[in-house]
Amino acid sequence: MDLTLSPSEEEFRDEVRSWLQENHPGPEPEAGLDEVMSFRREWQLKLHAAGWAGISWPKEYGGRGATMIEQAIFAAEATRQEAPAPANVLGLAMGGPVVIAHGTDEQKARYLEPILTGEEIWCQGFSEPESGSDLASLKTRAVKDGDEWVVTGQKVWTTFAQYAKWCMLVARTDPDAPKHQGLTYFLMDMEQEGVQTRPLVQITGEGEFNEVFFEEARVPDANVVGGVGNGWAVAITTLMNERAGLAFGAISQIQNSLGRLSKLARETPSNGATAADDPYFRQRIAQLHIEVETMRLNAYRGLTKTMQSGIPGPEGSLGKWQWADINQDLTELALEIEGAYAMLARGSEHAVAGGAWQYGFLRSRANSIEGGTTDILKNIIAERVLGLPRLR
Amino acid sequence: MYFDLNDEQQAIKSTAHDFLKARFKSERIREIAAGESGFDEGGWKEMAELGWAGLALPEEWGGQGLGAVELAILFEEMGYALAPSPLLSNTIAGLALAAGGSDEQKERWLRPLAEGSLRGTPALIDAGGPAEPMKFSMEPGGVLTGIKTLVLDAGSADFFLVATVDGGRHLIEKVAEGVTVTAEESIDPTRRLFSVRFEGVRPEATLSGSGEDYHPVFHRACVALAAESTGLAQRALEMSVEYAKDRQQFGRPIGAYQAVSHRCAQMLLETENSRSAVYGAAWAADAEPESLPLAASTAKAYASDAGWRVPDAAIQVHGGIGFTWEHDLHFFLKRGRANAAMFGDAKWHREQVAEAVLAGETAPASA
Repeated sequence: MDLTLSPSEEEFRDEVRSWLQENHPGPEPEAGLDEVMSFRREWQLKLHAAGWAGISWPKEYGGRGATMIEQAIFAAEATRQEAPAPANVLGLAMGGPVVIAHGTDEQKARYLEPILTGEEIWCQGFSEPESGSDLASLKTRAVKDGDEWVVTGQKVWTTFAQYAKWCMLVARTDPDAPKHQGLTYFLMDMEQEGVQTRPLVQITGEGEFNEVFFEEARVPDANVVGGVGNGWAVAITTLMNERAGLAFGAISQIQNSLGRLSKLARETPSNGATAADDPYFRQRIAQLHIEVETMRLNAYRGLTKTMQSGIPGPEGSLGKWQWADINQDLTELALEIEGAYAMLARGSEHAVAGGAWQYGFLRSRANSIEGGTTDILKNIIAERVLGLPRLR
Repeated sequence: MYFDLNDEQQAIKSTAHDFLKARFKSERIREIAAGESGFDEGGWKEMAELGWAGLALPEEWGGQGLGAVELAILFEEMGYALAPSPLLSNTIAGLALAAGGSDEQKERWLRPLAEGSLRGTPALIDAGGPAEPMKFSMEPGGVLTGIKTLVLDAGSADFFLVATVDGGRHLIEKVAEGVTVTAEESIDPTRRLFSVRFEGVRPEATLSGSGEDYHPVFHRACVALAAESTGLAQRALEMSVEYAKDRQQFGRPIGAYQAVSHRCAQMLLETENSRSAVYGAAWAADAEPESLPLAASTAKAYASDAGWRVPDAAIQVHGGIGFTWEHDLHFFLKRGRANAAMFGDAKWHREQVAEAVLAGETAPASA
């Protein structure tokens, strides 16, 4: 057992740390998603030029070929320094790895480079209004027409659809096959008449996600990834990559939030002292700290296991579940500490911390829904880790 | 970076697991729990032969010289087996002797303790005084007078390490004039608690260490106890999963119902978190002592809760049968709840964490 970094890992961390310190572009612009996206495009170009885009990708495809522990170090360090996300986060974390794992040589030559540079933004077309947790029941249809497919249907919760050139689209190509077998994974060009994108306003008032409508949109046969009828297996690769990549960045992000929460407690007057002197708040803050620490240590245990066996196990579901719980508790506690000021939101003169905690409270409601609901994660854990029988 | 047991540690784990499983079958645990002394002489001898009495004690005084990680591995298995044994109290007494004893004192007391031929236990909490860790009110001096309570395994111990208000430790033999040992009724029948009255007793020895020298001992004790609670949780979880697969209601195994399966998932989460916190703290004890106090409080706070909540949830999964004396689960609940209160409860340890975090010293561990 050894929780220290090896000399070469330490060297890697120092390299990441000092590069980020020297090249950090400062905070993201506050106004408008368009401004944020062009800021992130520039940042990604900088990352790419220095070899930090696609660090998990093999070198032959333009990545860095970093080990899993190096990926963890990079994610943790970038989040610790609050570096912006790259513009093409979905292409880097999911699209690229899928093309590398399942794509043809032509597809690799065509798609990978513009993912790395951020020249082409990617989005993910999986969820549908009637297919959320039961993803394999999706209804969007793709019908063969010569050497093209004609796609009709609707996707939802599509992040960055309004900026995307390519959509990782899972559509039903064989309505008669069992539901997991009739699916195909396509790379859909979003810049065509048959594709309409509409922002979906969420409870925060923002339009972070979109609805996407396909009406006889066209995809060439050459844009099928992994073969017709194999869409489910290809999509699963994407989701595994999503979980593996997220953990360490997420932990750093929560550590940052926890630091801000402690600061809030120290600065909030309470009973003639501060909230940081109130035994109730002290207990709650300590418990959060303890939970974050167990999550961090679990992630390292999981990483060790994955490095031994080569594949991330279903235990990753524990981390995602815990992350959602902690983020929600943390923002709920911040509002409790603010007391009556908890009523004031962004844009109000007297809002505490500019209303950041009110936003965080609302945004974190989705943490136990997005990327696998907590209820579904518990099913996965019960069935695949504990071996309990399935109800279905 | 390798956060898992190595081959040697894995071997310690499986040896402990196999031995304890064979030694402490349910009927035997019940016999010991119902017995007059609560002490299992034969089991102790075998543990001593395996070198467990001195597992984490220095080699030069007859111990195995292993670290806190190995100690955590052993105690996780002790908890899993619900082994009734003075091994915990004896280990803590040994660590205190190693930390604060002179060479002469170590030769006389620590060596036989590490070999298992003499047993010691700490006598810390003053009857009627604060039930907080590391706060004592007994006055030091030529002779000691007062009552220590919540003393673990005093019935089978040969000597006590008695703490005084100045943080000193004094060694008193049980057979000394003026020592009276009275059994208390513990909620956990598998680990006995006692009160020990000292009436003008002259200590056999006073260790040279002072209060601070015993902090690392206390933190190691917390980690070992947290490991034991993790083992209790693991066993209760396994019993529940097995039962939920087997027990049929409304025509299917109850584990197919999400009310039951999600409860089991929650038990797994708490058990795994507890284990991670324990191994993180054990590693810190061996490799990064400056982060031990925070790590030990993190582990003890978490395992205090998980150590009884998981067995409690297990009773709910089992339904009526889980509430019977006949089923073993109540022993796990009782041990877990007693452990939660021992060596600082969750609230006390969370306060230690708050102290460190709110002072702005949030520095996460190395990686």
